[in-house]
Amino acid sequence: VPAFQFLPGRALAAPEEVGKLIADFAGGKEPQSGKITLTAPEIAENGNTVPISVEVESEMEGDDMVNQVLILADGNPSADVATFAFTAMSGKAAATTRMRLAKTQNVIAVAKMADGSVYMDRKEVKVTIGGCGG
Amino acid sequence: MSAAPKPRVKIPKKAKAGEIVVLKTLISHEMESGQRKDKDGNVIPRKIINKFTCEFNGQPVFSCDIDPAISANPYFEFSAKVNESGTFKLTWVDDDGSVYTDEQTIEVA
Repeated sequence: VPAFQFLPGRALAAPEEVGKLIADFAGGKEPQSGKITLTAPEIAENGNTVPISVEVESEMEGDDMVNQVLILADGNPSADVATFAFTAMSGKAAATTRMRLAKTQNVIAVAKMADGSVYMDRKEVKVTIGGCGG
Repeated sequence: MSAAPKPRVKIPKKAKAGEIVVLKTLISHEMESGQRKDKDGNVIPRKIINKFTCEFNGQPVFSCDIDPAISANPYFEFSAKVNESGTFKLTWVDDDGSVYTDEQTIEVA
C-alpha cells in the first residue's frame, strides 16, 4: 500500500520552507557544523521506511546539554519529520527512528544546546522507490 | 479498520546504577499521512501518532513531536541514565485523542 502519495498540484517542501523552519528552531543563531552526526543510508530502496539516527556530542549535564533535535526532509510534501527532546536523564543525546522519503533528497538534523548554540548536519539519501506510491 | 495500536517495548530488566541503557519502542499504527487518496479520489484524512513520551519514575527522559513523515508502526530508540530502580512509562498520543501507554520496570543495583 502506498504510504505517502502526493496530492495533485501540491508542491514539495520548498527550500524557503526548510530555511524558515531551521531559523525558527535556531532562534536567530547561525547553525554550526560539528558535534551533531546524522546517520542515514546513502541509498534507500524503499522510501516508506528509511532508518535514521542522530547523535550529538554532549555530557548531558549542566550547560553541556542538548535540549532538542529537529529533523527535516527537504523533498517531502512537508519538510517536518520530528522533533526530539532530551533531558539530563537521557544520559546521551542519541535517537533512532524510521521515516518516509518521497524521493531522493536531503535529510537535515539541527541540534539546539542549553547554551543556545545550534549545530546542523545533513545527508543526501538516494531513494529508489519513493514512499509516495510511485 | 486496522487493529488497535499495540506497543512493543524492549528495555533491559537490570542495570548498574548510573548506567546508560537503550530503550527500543514500536507501536503498530498505520500513520495515515493525510497525503493519500482513496480509489474514488477523496483524500484519506490524516491520522497519526503525533507525540511520544518516556518518563522514568515520573521524570521526563525523552519525547518526540511526530509529523506524518514518520513511517507506519513508528519506531523510536533512545537512551536513559538510570540511578535507581523504577518504572519507565511510555505514552503515545493519537490524532483522535486516544492515548496508548506501556510500563516497564528495571532493577538497578
